[in-house]
Amino acid sequence: MSDYIIEAIKNGIWETLQMTFFASLFAYIGGLPLGILLYATAKDRILENKPMNFILGFIVNICRSLPFLILLVLLIPFTRFLTGSSIGTKASIVPLTIGAIPIVARMVESSLSEVSPGIIEAATAMGATPLHIILHFILPEATPALLLGGAINIATVLGYSAMAGVIGGGGLGAIALQYGYYRYQKDVLWTTVTILVIMVMLIQEGGNRIAAKARK
Amino acid sequence: MAKVFRLDHVTKTYKNDGKEFTALQDVSLSIEEGEIFGIIGMSGAGKSTLVRTLNRLEEVSGGSVSFYGEELAGLNAPQLRKVRQKIAMIFQGFNLLQQRTVLSNVMQPLRIAGVPRVDRKDKALNMLEVVGLADKQNQFPSRLSGGQRQRVAIARALASDPKVLLCDEATSALDPKMTGEILDLLKEINRSRRLTIVIITHEMSVVEKICDRVAIIDEGKLAEVGDVKEIFRNPKSDAARKLVFPSNPYDPSGKDSRLVRLVFDGLAASRPYIAELVEETGLKVNILSANTKSVGGIGYGQMVVELPRKPADQDQVIRFFRDRDLSVQEVERV
Repeated sequence: MSDYIIEAIKNGIWETLQMTFFASLFAYIGGLPLGILLYATAKDRILENKPMNFILGFIVNICRSLPFLILLVLLIPFTRFLTGSSIGTKASIVPLTIGAIPIVARMVESSLSEVSPGIIEAATAMGATPLHIILHFILPEATPALLLGGAINIATVLGYSAMAGVIGGGGLGAIALQYGYYRYQKDVLWTTVTILVIMVMLIQEGGNRIAAKARK
Repeated sequence: MAKVFRLDHVTKTYKNDGKEFTALQDVSLSIEEGEIFGIIGMSGAGKSTLVRTLNRLEEVSGGSVSFYGEELAGLNAPQLRKVRQKIAMIFQGFNLLQQRTVLSNVMQPLRIAGVPRVDRKDKALNMLEVVGLADKQNQFPSRLSGGQRQRVAIARALASDPKVLLCDEATSALDPKMTGEILDLLKEINRSRRLTIVIITHEMSVVEKICDRVAIIDEGKLAEVGDVKEIFRNPKSDAARKLVFPSNPYDPSGKDSRLVRLVFDGLAASRPYIAELVEETGLKVNILSANTKSVGGIGYGQMVVELPRKPADQDQVIRFFRDRDLSVQEVERV
């Protein structure tokens, strides 16, 4: 591999990390409240609200069933509107975030569902408000599950970020595609793929350890 | 005495797949301030539903529940939350936050009640001392035994100075020794704080150990309610008899023989009646089972005996015991 390619890969690692970090961060800013709402408005939960739960669930399901590649293309005008461009690292963060929000929301919902109904009953019997129950009973109890889900979600975002290379996003995915696939440079393809695999493994292992440590 | 709870014709029905299920049917009773009130019944009898109507975790389908004269059904959400802060509850499964320390668990109701941060810790530590677990304040519940967890739950329940404590099968997950310790603690709290306690249980031993009065729930209906000692001495309903007299496991010698149950209490438990019977009448009875226990500090015993063959002798034996003020009841064959 030429020095030029090695430099590009180094740069790609940095871009991938940036995309993954910011897209995950924004996806949680949107997905965590959405997941809490999905959970709390479901049947027999503390803020049961059938119409709201149905509408939120419907939107989330539609977004989740769209293939990410299609979402990338569909979102090009929106991305351009937000960031002024539809290509590059910064622009990729937009579709990555939108694509990850419903995934995060479902993961949060399922983590919260694991909290024992007895805990919620105890909190209700204490006279706590629904908001207090969510903040001081449900979220703390679900923390280990949320952390574990977080690792899975970040790894998913990282995988998606590679796909953003198709429409001109940056990062390792773009390098793998342009040099490895279009130009038949197998060594570049395998190097970038190996780096991606290692990154996913590190994220998953780190998440597992943090979650295990949090579990009392 | 003031009535803490008053239930008037409480009915609760559930609809499940169009089918209606009646969990409670026309239950009326009241719970007095300062007493330990037991609610006993077999599993599925409706007692857990009943206790949940007391803090409106369950809405009633008919009738009314009032707390110090205030009807619960008439409260809006903020009012109900305020009332719930006065009605503490402990559970079979403890329901402590696993991810929080013992101290933090006990501080929860204080936070809900809006107690200033600086006072929460002192108050919570104080409560942990009451239950004897001040040294475990920084532990997590998973490191504690079942009995210790229930003590933490009791400390948590008491932290906000409730008027009443509801115990939903609070000792059912504990071994007999821990059960005894928890019951002693509840009794102690009842005495020292004049705290009204409502205990849901399926175990008669819990009722006889600490309850003043008891309600017997059978298939959603109130079978009997009254003084524990009185119900032990003279259970009127079938459901009460089933609970007070465990079924007789012994097979009598003849299938057609007649069995009676003798119930003693207080002084009567200390007299040798069977020996007197033999001495005075020459008639013999066969003892099939017998036991004695202390209910609220009063000796109490019961015995199942097989009567002699001849009907005239049977009548004489029954008369002998009745004359001595023992309760004599026929035992039905299972």
